[in-house]
Amino acid sequence: MAFLSGAAVLSASSGAVLAADAAPNPWFDPSYVTSNWGTILAYLGEHVRLTVAAVVLGALIALPLALLARRSRWLAGPVLGLSTLVYTIPSLAMFAFVAPITGLSATTVLIGLVLYSLVVLVRNFLAGLQSVPADVQEAARGMGYGPVRMFWQVELPLALPSFMAGIRVATVSTVALVTVGVIVGHGGLGQLITGGFNANFYRAEIVTGAVGCVLLALAADLLLAGAERALTPWTRRARA
Amino acid sequence: MNQLQAALRYLNDPLNWSRTNGIVDLLVQHLRISVVAVAVAVAIGIPVGALLGHTGRGGAFTVALSNVSRAVPTLALLTVFAVTPIGFGPTATTIALALFALPPVLTNTYVGFRGVDRDVVEASRAMGMRERQVLLRAELPLAVPLVMTGVRTAAVQVVATATLAALVAGGGLGRIITLGFRQQDYGAVLAGALLVALLAVATEILLALVSWAVTPGPRRLPFGRVRTRRVGAGAVAAAP
Repeated sequence: MAFLSGAAVLSASSGAVLAADAAPNPWFDPSYVTSNWGTILAYLGEHVRLTVAAVVLGALIALPLALLARRSRWLAGPVLGLSTLVYTIPSLAMFAFVAPITGLSATTVLIGLVLYSLVVLVRNFLAGLQSVPADVQEAARGMGYGPVRMFWQVELPLALPSFMAGIRVATVSTVALVTVGVIVGHGGLGQLITGGFNANFYRAEIVTGAVGCVLLALAADLLLAGAERALTPWTRRARA
Repeated sequence: MNQLQAALRYLNDPLNWSRTNGIVDLLVQHLRISVVAVAVAVAIGIPVGALLGHTGRGGAFTVALSNVSRAVPTLALLTVFAVTPIGFGPTATTIALALFALPPVLTNTYVGFRGVDRDVVEASRAMGMRERQVLLRAELPLAVPLVMTGVRTAAVQVVATATLAALVAGGGLGRIITLGFRQQDYGAVLAGALLVALLAVATEILLALVSWAVTPGPRRLPFGRVRTRRVGAGAVAAAP
């Protein structure tokens, strides 16, 4: 009731408006963020956990797939074709496909996210591996490099820019995709978006969730760009 | 697979197709929203992209736009438009989807027009073509494959994303999935997922055929692009 009378006072100062209409519903409300900090932080934590887990797992699966696809030409076709098919499947449908098996859990969201990040990563990993000049491989082989040492010391450094580009794209799109997880109740900051929508279109909550997602994606992208710079010092030296 | 049987039973029931808000109704809604959204994106994106590419301006802008757009969750876009005075419904969904479809169309059109060989442009000017003719008769035919790639990407994304409208009380085939989740009816969830996935794949194939049909000169189905690169890489590896 205190809330209603407060709205009435507000409307009285701004002219003849019904008390119900005057209930303020601003797009930005710092007091929402401060008074719900704990909730926001919990959802942010889930968002970050899901994103990191999806990209790391995706990379761990994508690397052997890319190595296999490079090794034999007749495997590259099915691997790339299958990944195109996976990417065409809408995210909501993907979670719906997985949900009957794993139920309403974060695992459902994670499996869907891994599949999507896998698609981006396999393509970029393969492109990176194929961009290693054949001369360099030949030279390394001539110097007695075995396949394992060749990968770690010759191919990986040369393919790293392409690898990192893939990881950045996968991370940014995964951050955006986590929100669809609201369908099984584990959508990270997406919970705020639908939560606000269901709470009588509470704009401050919706905008907090949306802006939080974008900021998180940009922060992750900057972080990865920094990591790429730190991991490839020779590219800067060459340019200087 | 008990749920798969339930899904097939759901799809096999004629009433599920023909009743009000049945599959046919929702499919029509889904397609109407998607077609309008893509049409709006094409009507804005292709002329603007062509002009920017023709003049060579705004390259940084289009790249930044397509990068930032990846970070914005579609769910956020859909929700934000639904809580503006437009209100939730087909209009808000269509606007959000059109905004979402714009970056791929714009970027690909820009790159397509920018990538036209400058010698060709110069030659057509020397032959006495006006700027308008250069744009429409020299650059456009050469840019068509990339423009169509943009349209195809946008259309598949829109068809896939229109599913999410159901999360914010919109229409479309996503309704079957969200309703299924709410009623814990995983048969319906799977049936909806199957329909949506099939629709997305069908859109991809249809637009691939369209782009094949409108591309002048030696044409190639877009599916083949990956394969040709692979054959090229294979040839290099096979050379002694």
